[in-house]
Amino acid sequence: MAAQKKASKSNASAEDLKAYYYDMLLIRRFEEKAGQLYGMGLIGGFCHLYIGQEAIVVGLEATAEEGDKRITTYRDHGHMLACGMTPDGVMAELTGREDGYSRGKGGSMHMFSKEKDFYGGHGIVGANVPLGAGLAFSDKYRGNDRVTFTYFGDGASNQGQVFETFNMAALWALPVIFVIENNNYAMGTSQKRSTSAPELYKRGEAFGIPGEAVDGMDVLAVKEAGEKAVAHCRAGKGPYILEMKTYRYRGHSMSDPAKYRTREEVQKIREEKDCIEHVRDLLLTGKHATEDDLKAIDKDIKKIVNASAEFAKDSPEPDPAELWTDVYADAVPQKA
Amino acid sequence: MTTEILMPALSPTMEEGTLAKWLVKEGDTVSSGDIIAEIETDKATMEFEAVDEGTIGKILIEEGTEGVKVNTAIAVLLEEGESADDIGDAKAKAPEPEVKEAPKPDAPKSAPAKAAAPQPDRSPDWPEGTETKQQTVREALNAAMAEEMRADDDVFIMGEEVAEYQGAYKITQNLLEEFGARRVIDTPITEHGFAGIGVGAAFGGLKPIVEFMTWNFAMQAIDQIINSAAKTLYMSGGQMGCPIVFRGPNGAAARVAAQHSQDYAAWYAHIPGLKVVQPYSASDAKGLLKSAIRDPNPVIFLENEILYGKSFDVPVMDDFTVPFGKARIWREGEDVTIVSFGIGMTYALEAAEKLAEDGISAEVIDLRTLRPIDYDTLIASVQKTNRCVTVEEGFPVASIGNHLSAVIMERAFDYLDAPVINCLGKDVPMPYAANLEKLALTSTQEVLDAVHKVTYR
Repeated sequence: MAAQKKASKSNASAEDLKAYYYDMLLIRRFEEKAGQLYGMGLIGGFCHLYIGQEAIVVGLEATAEEGDKRITTYRDHGHMLACGMTPDGVMAELTGREDGYSRGKGGSMHMFSKEKDFYGGHGIVGANVPLGAGLAFSDKYRGNDRVTFTYFGDGASNQGQVFETFNMAALWALPVIFVIENNNYAMGTSQKRSTSAPELYKRGEAFGIPGEAVDGMDVLAVKEAGEKAVAHCRAGKGPYILEMKTYRYRGHSMSDPAKYRTREEVQKIREEKDCIEHVRDLLLTGKHATEDDLKAIDKDIKKIVNASAEFAKDSPEPDPAELWTDVYADAVPQKA
Repeated sequence: MTTEILMPALSPTMEEGTLAKWLVKEGDTVSSGDIIAEIETDKATMEFEAVDEGTIGKILIEEGTEGVKVNTAIAVLLEEGESADDIGDAKAKAPEPEVKEAPKPDAPKSAPAKAAAPQPDRSPDWPEGTETKQQTVREALNAAMAEEMRADDDVFIMGEEVAEYQGAYKITQNLLEEFGARRVIDTPITEHGFAGIGVGAAFGGLKPIVEFMTWNFAMQAIDQIINSAAKTLYMSGGQMGCPIVFRGPNGAAARVAAQHSQDYAAWYAHIPGLKVVQPYSASDAKGLLKSAIRDPNPVIFLENEILYGKSFDVPVMDDFTVPFGKARIWREGEDVTIVSFGIGMTYALEAAEKLAEDGISAEVIDLRTLRPIDYDTLIASVQKTNRCVTVEEGFPVASIGNHLSAVIMERAFDYLDAPVINCLGKDVPMPYAANLEKLALTSTQEVLDAVHKVTYR
């Protein structure tokens, strides 16, 4: 990973580091709880956990401003929490209840918040990439300097529509940051077995889109790269590709036989590369926080996550009448 | 209070499994993420991780136990400050399944209302006495877009050859000159990609018109049309909207063979969340396209190359629109109802003309929109004529005619004096040879034959 950005030496403030620690830990504990609720049968269908990849959304959200947009695939719980959607609302959607972000009609893979400029949560691999470019198109059309973070995985990066989108995004200089979360496994197929040229950050070269590989397990490296990409887009220079080298600790979805990689491989990354441990070390060795400070954060998060689980269990199922709502938006009244 | 570790569900369908192996023993400390057991399901053997920190206080289900129901307590976890003495009577028991009441659905607005007496809207499309002028369908479509683009800066058009080339079929002629390259955008030949960009722009609040050079090429983009455009409002609990128009020529033109000659009416009419329009006349092309651009939902607008050059009366009005879900009765009649849409109307009207010469009075209905469908006008007509023939160029299986037949059977069974006949395209890919192409489509003669059959004369 020669081109990979390293930001091991931290010049981040204590406050920033604590905020990253908090945000990443919230995602991890939330996901663990979601896994538990799935095991209890309270969450159904597919449920893709973000555990291991937390640094990416937390680092990039630290570079976003009001009005910037984000869109992602179905491994989306972390993105929602990072952009400020509430754990209660996300968890209640996971349990398919009335107080969920989609009122129980979307589930894990299809959640949205117009208020937070979160445009989903999309279940078709690769389909959110042109959608993200389209969101960026709408901002450019209106002449503002907002950017759209379009997240997808190493699996999606092989989809044809991704290349179609790279072409048009570059052609029309759309303010879109393509964030490839490369966790090395497209479901159970390793990158080695699915991808002829593994350097995904170079995928834009044919279209003149700059790209760089980033240590996606290092929230500071993510933020630094994100700032550069955002500045590029805001300046009207067109799209940018960030390949985030990351790793997911859990299975692709809940039913994952884990036969395509070894337990040792997972364990090694957890021990040596974990994004939360990394910031924890920075906080402690830099004397920005004490063990007790961090324990207090852990406790606080546990409380929030447990409360979200209770909220999601207590929220009622959607009213049967909801079956028929939201199929069509009401027509704007026409002149008589 | 001690924490019970429950037998997890590890797939959407798992109800029970085998506790294959314990990787911890009583007294071991675990932290979140540690693998504590292997569980076998019908799909695979999976690792089961601890969620909470603590000490394994007691193992309740021995390894090797088969048929362990989901949510059975399999072990007890002691958290900080707890001891084995705190373990209560943790019996391995599955929770009672919740009994849930089945939903009582209301009728969907998009589905045919049952039993109710039809209440057709028979108001005219434009006020009596309004001046009209002859206009081609092409000119009407062009005027509709230009008018809406003048009225609303959020409306733009993108597609292959829509700008500098002036439109592959000249529907976008002069739009580039009037509105500029910001709003009239030539795309590369990448339907999947630009359809997705259009949908994304609509999510962002713009009102795109996406032109497909023909609907045949939209099959490259159909995932974005259906999975992204049609379903997102519902999946988001009503938060997101997708005000977009997908338009272009649909169906057979002349001698362009199988890959360029397909009618997609039934395909798109199948999808909740879409609106589907297939106009025949120039006034409908104009009034319906203006309505489509203003509609907050994704609209499929199916044009026809052969109709582009045909001229019709179009009202001269500042702002002429035609609402969705309102059929047009082209001829009133007593003996049989002929219902069609789009280019099928040419056969329907020609047949009605000939039937009149034979003393058979046909009522001819143009549905104009296929989602929503104006069932009331159709049912009221069938209740009057007691006979019905449907006409379209699409393939026969699961056609619009099939659907209309079912609705007529449900709502007007007692009124029917003959089975409904569907005149359709043939169940073959479109051939190239001129004679075969003609045979593959429906025809005025087929409509005449069908009417004679249902009227027994």
